[in-house]
Amino acid sequence: MDNNMSLKIKAISKNEAFARSVVGAFCVELNPTMDEINDIKTAVSEAVTNCIVHAYNYRDGEIEINADIDGNCLHIEIKDYGVGIEDIEKARQPFFTTKPEEERSGMGFTVMESFMDTLDIQKNSPSGTVVKMSKTFDMNKNKADKT
Amino acid sequence: MNIQHRLNGTSLHIWLIGELDESHAAFVREHLDEIFRTNSVSEVIIDMSGLSFMDSTGIGVLIGRYKSLKSKSIPLFVQKPSRAVDKVLSLTGIYKIIPKIS
Repeated sequence: MDNNMSLKIKAISKNEAFARSVVGAFCVELNPTMDEINDIKTAVSEAVTNCIVHAYNYRDGEIEINADIDGNCLHIEIKDYGVGIEDIEKARQPFFTTKPEEERSGMGFTVMESFMDTLDIQKNSPSGTVVKMSKTFDMNKNKADKT
Repeated sequence: MNIQHRLNGTSLHIWLIGELDESHAAFVREHLDEIFRTNSVSEVIIDMSGLSFMDSTGIGVLIGRYKSLKSKSIPLFVQKPSRAVDKVLSLTGIYKIIPKIS
C-alpha cells in the first residue's frame, strides 16, 4: 500500500461536500483528469447520502471513510453502523428505492457502479453496510495528455 | 446554493448556482415550488451552467418538479450542464422526460 487515509464524520448532509472533497484531494497523487476526480467525488457523495438517508434515517450516526492507494489503483471503503440493507441485490437495481415519497431517484448504487471500476456492497458487523469501490488510473496516459 | 429566476413572457428561466446534493435538496425543492406557485408560466428552463456538482439526489429533485409541472401540462427543460452534471443526467436517462436544450 502506497498511501492511505481515514476519516470519521457525523452522518449529517452538510458533511457530504467535505467528504467528497477530501477523497477527491487524496487521489490527486494518481494524476487524475478532472473527469476522474468528478467521478470519484460523485460516487463518494452517493455512498455518504445512503448512510445519512437510509442507514441512519437522518438520526445520529457515524460514517467511516477509508481510502488507500495501491500502485495506480484507488480503493475507497465507506462504512456505517445503521439499519443495513435487507436485500443488497435488489437495492443495486436502477430506480429501486425504499423512499419514493421523498423523491428519491433510486440511482445511487447505479451511479457508483458506473463511475467507478468496481463496487462491492457487504453487510457490516455488528450492523450496517460497507461499500467498497475502486478505480484504476492510467497514469501514463495522463502524463501523455499533459505534454 | 443560490437560485435565480427570470420570466420572459410566460417562459420561466431558472439558474441553479452551487452544488446540489442532499444538504441543499430541500432548499432547492421548496424554492422552485414557490417560484412555480407565484408565476404563471407555459414552460420552465433550468440553466445548470452554474451548477458545479450534482449527484442522484438532484435527479430526484428534478423528477419531482417534472411531475408537478406535468400535472399542469407545463414542459420542463434543462440547459448548459457542466460535463460532470451532464454525465449524471445522461446516466439516469432523465433527458427522455426533461430534454436538454441548447
